[in-house]
Amino acid sequence: MEKPMTIFDISGRAMSAQLVRLNATASNMANAGSISGSKESAYRAIRPVFTPVTQGPGVATVTVDRVVTSDTPATKRHDPGHPLADANGDVWEAGVDSSAELVDMVEASRMYQNNVQVLQTAKTLMLETIRLGK
Amino acid sequence: MAIEDQLFGIHGKALALRSQRLTLIASNIANASTPGYKAQDIDFDKALAAATRDQGTVAGALEKAMGYRVPLQSSADGNTVEMSTEQTLFAENAVKYRTTLSFLEGRLNTITRALKGE
Repeated sequence: MEKPMTIFDISGRAMSAQLVRLNATASNMANAGSISGSKESAYRAIRPVFTPVTQGPGVATVTVDRVVTSDTPATKRHDPGHPLADANGDVWEAGVDSSAELVDMVEASRMYQNNVQVLQTAKTLMLETIRLGK
Repeated sequence: MAIEDQLFGIHGKALALRSQRLTLIASNIANASTPGYKAQDIDFDKALAAATRDQGTVAGALEKAMGYRVPLQSSADGNTVEMSTEQTLFAENAVKYRTTLSFLEGRLNTITRALKGE
């Protein structure tokens, strides 16, 4: 039989998943505004896909199923003076929506905090239960 | 009636149920940003009634009282976890867990005193 999932597993894995999301956001932000010589090689935002890991009714944690590349297209810009410009004098700017990334970052960090709070409460309650009758 | 029920009355099972509910709400909070996740919870009164009935078990009571949360506002990705609701219920459940703990503490103190003959 599978080891029963504790509250520590649930919140711990959720924190890891949110951290993956935060890392993806950091990569996207770092590459925002980066220039590329062709449409294909331009950086496109990456995004993790969350999926629940269920164990019995109502008991579920979350994991990162896969990381997908978003379909935000790279922006073409005419800049003949740029060293990476192609024959037409065009360059491609990374397909990253910075404001969407910032919003995502704030949400990921809030979710992380929520899970930390859950963990902290659960820990306190368990320690109190251990002390029962002493 | 099991020996622990004689000692602790309703509180033993109440603590087990509170602990289970804590796990359920933690699951909901963990999946707050999972697309399509449906928040689940138990009706605590119903669960406690089922668990304290004759030959009632905590696991059976959980199954009977389980249900899906009805969201106040539906979201586009099909997720029904609402952080404000979950956090409030989690806090409430934690306080009630503590309450049950102090009831148990009282019972234990009484028994210990009786044993020591103070």
